[in-house]
Amino acid sequence: MARHIVARTTEIPHGRNKVVTLDGRDIVVFHVNGEFFALLNRCPHAGAPLDKAACVARLTSPEPGVYQRSRVGELLRCAWHGWEFDMRNGQSWFDPKRVKVRTYPVVIEDGETLAKGPYVAETFPVHIEDSYVIVET
Amino acid sequence: MSEVIDRPMLEQEAPAKSRLKIIDCDIHPSLHARSDLNPFLSKRWQEHLKTYGDHLRTPYIGTTPYPRSSPLIARRDAWPPTGGPPGSDLDFMRKQHLDPLDIEFGMLQVLDMFIFSQQNLEFGAAIQRAVNEWQLAHWTSREPRLKAAILVGQDDAAAAVAEIERCAKIGQYLQINVSPRANEPLGRRRYWPIYARAEELGMPLGIHVGGYGGHAPTGGGWPSYYAEEHQSNAHSMAATLTSLVLEGVPEHFPRLKIVFIEGGFGWISSTMWRMDQHFERFRAEVPHLKRRPSEYVREHFWFTTQPIDEPDEARHLRSLIEWVGVDRLLFSSDYPHWDFDDPRFAFKTPLSEEERAKIFNSNARALYKL
Amino acid sequence: MAATRIDCDIHPAVGGTRTTLLPYLDDHWKEQVVSRAIDGLDLTSYPPNMPLSGRADWRPKNGKPGSDLSMVQRGAFDQLGASHAICNVLYGAQAVYDPYMAAAFCKAINDWIATEWLARDKRLRASIVIPLQAPDLAIEEIERRAADHRFVSVLVMAQGESLLGRRHYWPVWQAAEKHRLPIAVHAGSQYRSAPSSVGWPSYRYEYYLAEAQAFQAQLLSLIYEGVFLKFPQLKVVLMESGVTWLPAFMWRANKTWRGVRVEVPWVDREPAAIMRDHIRLTTQPFDGPPDAAGVADIIDMIGSDRMFLFSSDYPHWQFDGDDAIPAHLPSAIISRMCADNPLETFPRLSLAA
Repeated sequence: MARHIVARTTEIPHGRNKVVTLDGRDIVVFHVNGEFFALLNRCPHAGAPLDKAACVARLTSPEPGVYQRSRVGELLRCAWHGWEFDMRNGQSWFDPKRVKVRTYPVVIEDGETLAKGPYVAETFPVHIEDSYVIVET
Repeated sequence: MSEVIDRPMLEQEAPAKSRLKIIDCDIHPSLHARSDLNPFLSKRWQEHLKTYGDHLRTPYIGTTPYPRSSPLIARRDAWPPTGGPPGSDLDFMRKQHLDPLDIEFGMLQVLDMFIFSQQNLEFGAAIQRAVNEWQLAHWTSREPRLKAAILVGQDDAAAAVAEIERCAKIGQYLQINVSPRANEPLGRRRYWPIYARAEELGMPLGIHVGGYGGHAPTGGGWPSYYAEEHQSNAHSMAATLTSLVLEGVPEHFPRLKIVFIEGGFGWISSTMWRMDQHFERFRAEVPHLKRRPSEYVREHFWFTTQPIDEPDEARHLRSLIEWVGVDRLLFSSDYPHWDFDDPRFAFKTPLSEEERAKIFNSNARALYKL
Repeated sequence: MAATRIDCDIHPAVGGTRTTLLPYLDDHWKEQVVSRAIDGLDLTSYPPNMPLSGRADWRPKNGKPGSDLSMVQRGAFDQLGASHAICNVLYGAQAVYDPYMAAAFCKAINDWIATEWLARDKRLRASIVIPLQAPDLAIEEIERRAADHRFVSVLVMAQGESLLGRRHYWPVWQAAEKHRLPIAVHAGSQYRSAPSSVGWPSYRYEYYLAEAQAFQAQLLSLIYEGVFLKFPQLKVVLMESGVTWLPAFMWRANKTWRGVRVEVPWVDREPAAIMRDHIRLTTQPFDGPPDAAGVADIIDMIGSDRMFLFSSDYPHWQFDGDDAIPAHLPSAIISRMCADNPLETFPRLSLAA
């Protein structure tokens, strides 16, 4: 398992994302309310880039005309065909067991810890006063 | 199938024997702004465009009656970085679509301005001319891979024929386009002058889904949701197919070739079976038909593949293809719309090299004489 | 008695308003009908003389096909082998504009069917004809028949004024669900607007083909408006729809729903799954592919053996000979569609009268 520094936490505002290439794969890192999620940047349906997906609420309904919102911003509507995926575990809405996006563990570490290594830094300068998003592949 | 699907299945997992160049039979260029048409409009119509604008049989000035599931019905990644709506920037279209997907030719389908559905027929005639000129000036003259269509408002057949004549002289257009949601079903005789010219010119008649002909999107009334209306496009194509066949359009214009665009192809086989099933019983109503309806379909009609059907079992897609016939199918992407088909991933059933070549290239090549 | 074979769609014919229905109208409507000569309500969808409306050997010497009880009995029971049959009356009361006239004529049709058909042959059942033009009056008619279990379903047209899923119809479906009456959507149009999404057809042939699309639009409406969520016991039977359009329609609905679900979040599972639970189809016409392999494919694609209901569509001319079962249907389907599926779909239908 390799650990990659992909960004300073302040680099990805809430509701936004950053795409990085790790081990030859495009990976998109989302920030939602202080949490970071990393997914393969390809929809399992037809390969659409998920970094352009709409980040929306989890929408359920007990009956026609009633709209229940939860976990605002944590669901992805794919940029192409609108399939919905849960950022946390990559599961599709319509078939959570069988259709999902690959996800990658994410941890936040502060500069002081990282300065001690090991990591795959690419070209990342590390400052001990900052926090960093680490993706494990 | 029980394994987890977490990456798109490539149409062929092994690299293709030869890199296939693709003919994409449905690409949508768009205007940056309506004023882009001004160079092709007289002062009177520039003014009209700015003031009165569209007059369509829909409730709204600024949007489609059923809100789409994404802005401007487009893929969210298709907005050009230089600004402008999806499909408005040729360089971005090259970079995002034509180049990486090896598009050899792309057939343009302009939906902006709904020229087929304008109630003010004179305005419609002015706009259709402007759109037809705009295609050449902004697209096909700058990009030889892209091909233009003569768009005509079918409900004013005389103006349509005049526009066809004008464009035919220029010689840069590959098909003649009308809308399936017209005032009347397209098989009706009022539209035949258009078909006569198309046949004489040897140009296919293209029919792209959409339009506002003044009828509800279903035979049972107005749906509440885009989810319903979106699927109703396939129903309108089925109804258009039956009208054209039953009124005798292919019988009367035996050299006319007709292309159905953006209807998909799943509905075709059951429509053919239904037409054939009831042919004998209704024969007396249509004595002008000399052959079984499905025969007309197999000889005179082509169908673009998007939106492709997605059965749970890949072999069912295979059945659909075989029932319609590989020779009838023309690959289309519908770029840059949201329900776009990527040629690499859309066909989730194996195709032979010969089938791939036909669907992705040679059927369209022959039809459009490329 | 022969094996159970329930014919879910036959068509007794109303001779005329001033003749057949007159005894079942109250004094006001009797006078209106007679003094204003209100008659001739055969639907434009089914001109009685056109070939489809009546197979040649099922046409009486006098009167419309389906108007003679003994002829219907000989045809549907003796010749085609049904043990029971559901009567769906297609006379145009459903299309009347005046809501009170519509209600009076629908009531008259139901009274007539009960008195002159159901009472005379214990093998017959019927759908309740309702004036959907006025939903509250439709509910009244349903309530009026609720205790009579010879009425096993509620009849509506495939092309009405509004799509059947719309909210203003929900109280009608609620009443139907309460009384365990499935909704029988039958081919036919009220002709309020074009019966096809591309305009008015030139030919009856063309119109008949367009029916298949209307059924599909109705299914989308019922599903996306959430009717089966609100009324989970409700079943809808598509009658005379053709069947083979169903698989591609299911896939397209699933495909669309996956991408546009946010518009209708109360639709909590794939449309095809909802269809398999709530939708049934009568088997004439079937519109099948010409070969057995194709039919087997279609059945496989549909993915449920519970959706098919035997029907002859008597006296409509859908086939020749004595066998109303579509060609090449697998035997597993046939055995279910003649008895099990109809009994499950029409819970009020008891085999004993």
